[in-house]
Amino acid sequence: MADVAISPPAVHRPVTTEPRAARIVLIAVAVLFLAFFLLLPLVVVFVEALGAGIGTYWKALVDKDALAAIRLTLLVAAIAVPANLVFGVAASWLIAKFEFRGKSVLTTLIDLPFSVSPVTSGLIYVLVFGAQGLLGPWLAAHGVKIIFAVPGIVLATIFVTFPFVARELIPIMQDQGTEDEEAAASLGAHGLTTFFRVTLPNIKWALLYGVLLCNARAMGEFGAVSVVSGKIRGQTNTMPLQVEILYNEYSYVAAFAVASLLALLALVTLAVKSFLEWRYAGELAAQRRH
Amino acid sequence: MAGAPSLALRKPSVIPGFGLTLGFVLTYLGLVVLIPLAALVLKTAGLGWSGFLAIASDERTIAALWLSFSLSLVAAAINAVFGLVIAWVLVRYRFPGRRILDAMVDLPFALPTAVAGIALTALYAPNGWVGQYLEPLGIKVAYTPLGILVALVFIGIPFVVRTVQPVIEDLDSEVQEAAATLGATRLDTLARIVLPTLIPALLTGFALALARAVGEYGSVIFIAGNIPYVSEIAPLLIVVKLTEYNYAGATAIATLMLLISFALLLAINLLQAWSRRGFDRG
Repeated sequence: MADVAISPPAVHRPVTTEPRAARIVLIAVAVLFLAFFLLLPLVVVFVEALGAGIGTYWKALVDKDALAAIRLTLLVAAIAVPANLVFGVAASWLIAKFEFRGKSVLTTLIDLPFSVSPVTSGLIYVLVFGAQGLLGPWLAAHGVKIIFAVPGIVLATIFVTFPFVARELIPIMQDQGTEDEEAAASLGAHGLTTFFRVTLPNIKWALLYGVLLCNARAMGEFGAVSVVSGKIRGQTNTMPLQVEILYNEYSYVAAFAVASLLALLALVTLAVKSFLEWRYAGELAAQRRH
Repeated sequence: MAGAPSLALRKPSVIPGFGLTLGFVLTYLGLVVLIPLAALVLKTAGLGWSGFLAIASDERTIAALWLSFSLSLVAAAINAVFGLVIAWVLVRYRFPGRRILDAMVDLPFALPTAVAGIALTALYAPNGWVGQYLEPLGIKVAYTPLGILVALVFIGIPFVVRTVQPVIEDLDSEVQEAAATLGATRLDTLARIVLPTLIPALLTGFALALARAVGEYGSVIFIAGNIPYVSEIAPLLIVVKLTEYNYAGATAIATLMLLISFALLLAINLLQAWSRRGFDRG
């Protein structure tokens, strides 16, 4: 007995973990890596933005072009996110509740925009709607402007955020099976009633999660939007494009001020996301397993 | 259940909405994704073989593609190593600040790429917080290919961590205990029992990080310096061609990028299938 008492505790570590020294080294590597690559860039945004004082910071934000960029970003997200929300719900209902031919092809096609470079995502709309594009001459004849105008920005944003909501919902709806909906339908419930009363309560947190990620990307998209926007000040500049223009004009403080708003959006997104994962872990678990 | 494998489009179901959702999903998918992508294929086909090859064999195109794909491979490899360590530490160890660290991993998903781009440039510029210490050592990061690598590592890290994490959570401790009982050292157990289980997920994470890095634009162009033949990535070359109204050039490079990406992802898929089979046999 006495022997056990004097032996150092380290000897009794479980066989399924590493020695203390190795653990400390690994934790240090992880912390340093994340601090250097993730934390530092975030901190520098706020330091550069506020470095010239709060007055300068505020002036950069209430600048006419900056406000126009903020308005346009909000407008684009307000169209793109609901559009992809409706699509995501319809697609996940279709894929999770029915068995049909070509389902796996359809699932792959929905994920397709994730494997296309943002620049290419913009390019394809230029090829369809641009002045030299497939529909270009027809659009010009009818006085419709899509490329270098707001509709093009909205379309490109919808494309790059296309899979977000569907991707969160499909696995969780598949996990929940079809029995509840079948029961509701057998009892005579209308399709929409079934969705709102039976399905939605089970998927609401996953839905919110998908919308959150979709919104963050929609407001922050740069590559695709920069190709189709034409970057007309006060008209077709979204916030990320405004950041680029200010930065290239060496207006660093102003660039970082607008960037700090986007960084703030990222922080809020992460906070809500972490909260949802922590609070509703079970209801989001389906997506973790896939 | 029974019955011949029918030619019917779908299995019968009492749940309503099949026709409606199928119609809507196909229409929306077609209009937003498929038709525009078809325009890319159409435009490429319109160039003809000789036209396509002329652009593809252009020295500047080759230099940009080589830079994009080689740096993306290196960045994905760095992410695979550090992503594995981070995922392991987050799942297996308990230490103060772990939750915040875990939440922070997703930052590159949430932070707009242009913001990441100017922030990294501010850090690694010769007078920046990090750059000023590297400058005397003769290491230049911003405005060189090394800067591109930094941006690509930043953008890819969550892909590896988030794919490996759930697999580490599901690791079976009994097998590890058995190995230890039979006299294996911890290092042996990690290398011969744990690592092979993680390889398929690690490859998936590597592939996702690679795919993202190849197409990445916003976070790279600020820090890259964008010198043709030296630090000009393929997506930037597409933009350059577009600003010159050279739609044929832009289209051909975009198609080339897609083709190489798909070939790489296919290779990784095969490698993954092979590593899984090897593991099952062992």
